[in-house]
Amino acid sequence: MTVEMTTSGPAATWLKRRSRISAIEIVFWLATLLPFFLFPSYLSLASQIAIGALFALSVDLILGYAGIITLGHAMFFGIGAYTAAILAKHGWGEPLTGLVAAAVVAGAVGFVTSFIIVRVQHLALIMITLGLGLLTYELANSFSTVTGGTDGLGVTIWPIFGRFDFDLWGYTAYSYALVILFIGVLVARRIVNSSFGLALTGIRENSQRMPAIGSVYRTHLQKIYVVAASMAGIAGALLTQTTGTVSLDTLSFQRSADVVVMLILGGTGRLYGGIIGAIIFLVARDRLSDMNPQYWYFWIGLLLMAIVLVMPGGILGGLSRLFGRFVR
Amino acid sequence: MLKKTAAALALGFSLAAALSSTALAEGTVKIGLIMPYSGPFADAGAQMQAGIDLYVKEHGDEVAGKKIVLIKKDTGGPNPDVAKRLAQELVVRDHVDVLAGFALTPEALGAAPVATEAKKLMVDMNAATSIITEKSPYIVRTSVTIPQINYAFGKWAADQGIKHAYTLVADYGPGHDAESSFAKGFKEKGGEIVGADHSPVANPDFSAYVQRIKDAKPEAVYIFIPGGSQPAAIGKALADKGLTPPNTKLLGQGELTMPDAMESLGKNADGIITAFHYTLERKDPLNQKFVAGYKNLTKGREPDLFSIGGYDGMHLIYAALKKTKGDASGDALIKVAKGMSWESPRGPITIDPETRDIVQNVYIRKVEKVDGKLQNVIIDTIKDVKDPLHGAK
Repeated sequence: MTVEMTTSGPAATWLKRRSRISAIEIVFWLATLLPFFLFPSYLSLASQIAIGALFALSVDLILGYAGIITLGHAMFFGIGAYTAAILAKHGWGEPLTGLVAAAVVAGAVGFVTSFIIVRVQHLALIMITLGLGLLTYELANSFSTVTGGTDGLGVTIWPIFGRFDFDLWGYTAYSYALVILFIGVLVARRIVNSSFGLALTGIRENSQRMPAIGSVYRTHLQKIYVVAASMAGIAGALLTQTTGTVSLDTLSFQRSADVVVMLILGGTGRLYGGIIGAIIFLVARDRLSDMNPQYWYFWIGLLLMAIVLVMPGGILGGLSRLFGRFVR
Repeated sequence: MLKKTAAALALGFSLAAALSSTALAEGTVKIGLIMPYSGPFADAGAQMQAGIDLYVKEHGDEVAGKKIVLIKKDTGGPNPDVAKRLAQELVVRDHVDVLAGFALTPEALGAAPVATEAKKLMVDMNAATSIITEKSPYIVRTSVTIPQINYAFGKWAADQGIKHAYTLVADYGPGHDAESSFAKGFKEKGGEIVGADHSPVANPDFSAYVQRIKDAKPEAVYIFIPGGSQPAAIGKALADKGLTPPNTKLLGQGELTMPDAMESLGKNADGIITAFHYTLERKDPLNQKFVAGYKNLTKGREPDLFSIGGYDGMHLIYAALKKTKGDASGDALIKVAKGMSWESPRGPITIDPETRDIVQNVYIRKVEKVDGKLQNVIIDTIKDVKDPLHGAK
């Protein structure tokens, strides 16, 4: 352990100032309650957006903060999803313990794989994460007696606290996903605004230099990788629990790629970037595919190019630049 | 607390919305179509949609005084979570009366609980895993199941005097189902499986597999592989090793010699025997009219299993609505759908009143040269086949 908790002095004050809750954040979280009142028939979509946001947040922790480029993070999402599903299949459909189990299993797999992850960089990292993701997918496909193979599994989830059943409208699903996302953001916030979080940023910026100033960067990377894996596992379990289904698609490359797209769209290394990205990506997908079920991917592509060209730092990056110009 | 007030408020809103929209919806029946319009299975979705469109074009968009409205929703592939969400939204937001479509099993499994909870008729127009109809009392299937074809086919093959067969299937759910049901039927009639092998779903080169088949010296080889480039690859490997009819009989499910697969197989298709529920070339006025109408609508494409599933699914909805005199509630529709039978372009079909699954003929076809062109020629018909897995437990 080399992370020394700074409790006083100018550094501590600086960290505290960084982690102060801003007015925009409060407004944002109040706004997340709007769907209950304004669009009650969109709550199931809202719950899947919250899940996507939590997943994107987990990727932001490793990609945005620690600089680990991944194209296989759906592996943890899927492992979490299958953990919750298999538990429920075998008679334990309690949601909260299901989440914990998913976090533990995904975190454990994250820990084992982290030994490979910290040894490689750049292109090799993309290849390794991609390969691990594909391997997990094929593994789940071949153990079809456990995972249901290409058919997936349909499971029964018990009501939350024995009271709140997952209803057709999605009230329970959205409330549940939103609360978990909120906790996830609190945890992530605490992490990135600590000295450990600063060390991660240091690794991202210059991994050669970190050992020179006495930081054991591999251990740091492993830690954050495990945290991100657990968080992705929770997101996966949420999807299983709110929909009562799981399929191989939770492990697919498409999901790994989509989440990175969401993150780039919203802005990496900004905590809320993944959330904004998930909202924009999933809402756009829903609206566009409603308008044109066959060729909506065309418009998604156009939207992506427009955003990346106009705002290289993602939407949040672009906004903060714009905002900065006004202030000055 | 907040949640409760929110729920109450939202319920108020939605109730008002629901009331106003039922007032508007007087005289319409809304059908929500959930299927892969995009992604790797988009072609299946397109063929199914064309089947649906053809039916509506032929029979008008008014039944029993109600106007039929179709609402299309894209799942993008085998995503049960998306399918479930879309089904929920169709029910709570669009107030649909019927859920239909479902090209892939995970889509149907995702939507099934919604059909049960909302009490809506759900028409499975393709997804072919046996268990689907058991997942909700409101599900009816108008396509086929893999065991239905292959169990009957296995028995038929043994009856023809084939004693030793080798099976080679693609290594995924449908492939495993096909393998086990063919083997079951074949063994029940005294046949023996001398070898069983699995190949990857997208396998570029079959020569190693075919060599193993050759070493086992079977009388017949049973093959189940997905369409696309696979039939051509296996056809070439078999021809290279000299495993061709009539010396070695080649058996398979209908996809192996579907029109586009046949084209890529070329002369290697000659003599292959397949079993299927729909045969494009079947000489029957109803079928010929269907094929002509379909080609006209799609500017030249031939109908396949997806098209016929969509077409018959629409027929079921239309016929059920006529019987209920426009009552589109799930309970009324499912009641009249049970035991319904009609003449489809594929032949006579019935909805089993017990299982709500389809009962239909399985056609045994052999690829032969007709007017210098290879096509599937029906050489035998197994009548009124049920899915063998329902109630087998």
